[in-house]
Amino acid sequence: MTVRNPSSVTRPRSDTERILDQSFLWLTRLLAYAIAAVLLAIAFQVLVQSLPAIQRFGVGFIFSQDWDPVKESYGALPMIYGTLVSALIALLLAVPIGVGIAVFLSENFLPLQVRTVLVFLVELLAAIPSVVYGLWGIFVLIPILRGFGVWLFENFGWFPLFSTQPSGPGMLPAGVILTIMILPIITAISRDSLASLPPELRQASIGLGATRWETIIRVLIPAAFSGIVGAVMLALGRAMGETMAVTMLIGNANTVNVSLLAPGNTIASLLANQFAEASGLQVAALMYAGLILFVLTFIVNIFAELVILKVKKF
Amino acid sequence: MNPQDRPSHSVGSPKAASATPVLETRNLNIYYGSFLAVREVSMSIPNNQVTAFIGPSGCGKSTLLRCFNRLNDLIETFRVEGDLNYHGQNLYAPKVDAVDVRRRIGMVFQKPNPFPKSIYENVVYGARVNGYKGDLDELVERSLTQAALWDEVKDKLKTSGLALSGGQQQRLCIARTIAVQPEVVLMDEPCASLDPISTLKIEELMHELKQQYTIVIVTHNMQQASRVSDVTAFFNVRLTDTGKRSGYLVEHDRTENIFQNPKEESTQEYVSGRFG
Repeated sequence: MTVRNPSSVTRPRSDTERILDQSFLWLTRLLAYAIAAVLLAIAFQVLVQSLPAIQRFGVGFIFSQDWDPVKESYGALPMIYGTLVSALIALLLAVPIGVGIAVFLSENFLPLQVRTVLVFLVELLAAIPSVVYGLWGIFVLIPILRGFGVWLFENFGWFPLFSTQPSGPGMLPAGVILTIMILPIITAISRDSLASLPPELRQASIGLGATRWETIIRVLIPAAFSGIVGAVMLALGRAMGETMAVTMLIGNANTVNVSLLAPGNTIASLLANQFAEASGLQVAALMYAGLILFVLTFIVNIFAELVILKVKKF
Repeated sequence: MNPQDRPSHSVGSPKAASATPVLETRNLNIYYGSFLAVREVSMSIPNNQVTAFIGPSGCGKSTLLRCFNRLNDLIETFRVEGDLNYHGQNLYAPKVDAVDVRRRIGMVFQKPNPFPKSIYENVVYGARVNGYKGDLDELVERSLTQAALWDEVKDKLKTSGLALSGGQQQRLCIARTIAVQPEVVLMDEPCASLDPISTLKIEELMHELKQQYTIVIVTHNMQQASRVSDVTAFFNVRLTDTGKRSGYLVEHDRTENIFQNPKEESTQEYVSGRFG
């Protein structure tokens, strides 16, 4: 049905236009569904392949510390623990630093030109390949941290977190390298969400006699909170899934050790180390471990949404 | 400063334009970088009156308003020359703390800009950052009542300030500003984004508020200026030699004089709607 317009400026839409319009809608719809389909397909494949291990070990897989391909006895507790702890170290260090950088770069403390260069440099951190981080970690970071680790052990050895002699590779270097790797994610997204806040918010706060500091802490960061949480969650996902650099630095010891100075392992690192020689039940066990990583990141994301919902009331 | 402490002789007094001014400018030049945005403004803002700034776009009336509480400090290239005195104290003297100035001289903006917080938190924000020790609940009720919003929101103080209508948001912003108990309230086109009924409410509010506060309002709406203000300042804009637009004060006087019997021809033309 076309509506005739007496003025000659507009003409009825041609059939081609209508069809194009409709097909564009369908194309975008298809693309949106495709991404969900890919995700489900991967999850399904991992699930199917891990079924033998699930049937054999059940939930006990999560609580067992065995990883013995000879006896075909597998448990993922050390890797789950290592994944969570290394990611947690990275978050504890990277969130304050990253949000701090983001605040600094979204304010006009520096001339715009300098800020632009700094923003670019921070984002460049994300462009460094993972294996280069690993290499740098082995030859630069570990020697630096070893001295610090020895000092921690000698002075605070009574504290469980520092209760082992540092051996070089370990949880701490892995956590620190992850910190550097997720820093650009946290900084870039937090800065974007801070920079996109309406200037009226800042003016309102300043106009009420708030200092710049009060404005940042009480108004700007809460207003950008959902963006910052999003950044943190994305970073956490990256930290939990990061493989190469962690494998090179964590020491790949399949044991649970509370000390941060002791070597450990993560799920991602385990997969990278073992998939090449694995066969039979070991493949299934690795898939099972991968499935757990999948679920962990899924839980993290749901948790992030809940946090945002809770805070985003306003 | 407690508004009740101030001398009451000027409250609503028709001759108050000649009483001790709260704010006074002398040969005030406002620059952005090397660009002279507003030139040679000499005027005074009388106590407990509504002063309206009118004039065509680009005449610098908002720029001048933002100088009064040093909000222009946020703009890097901004600077002033000349005197801008608040009770005889130059606001731009090096030892003056801009944060302190803003606690005494509040601002309501063109677009309602409540914080993404609850109504309650919006109102107490200024008090919190200023270290107010009194009863916050009472402060909220008093400020919202003064802003003629209490009855509409008293049952939903914990809901978001952003959930209110535009007119309510603007009254919330006024409540938020007067909760700090400033002496002067600056309003930068406070009704520009509001419907006529909300506008009317805010104009009535201004009549109430001037009992306690000195109000300076920038408006594009000449009827509004003639309705709410006691004193009107007309600003105009002229092209400089370099082709840039530079604002200046044409004249300021009692509002009825500006609208019925202005001294300058350009004022006459502007208020009668012949240009601008």
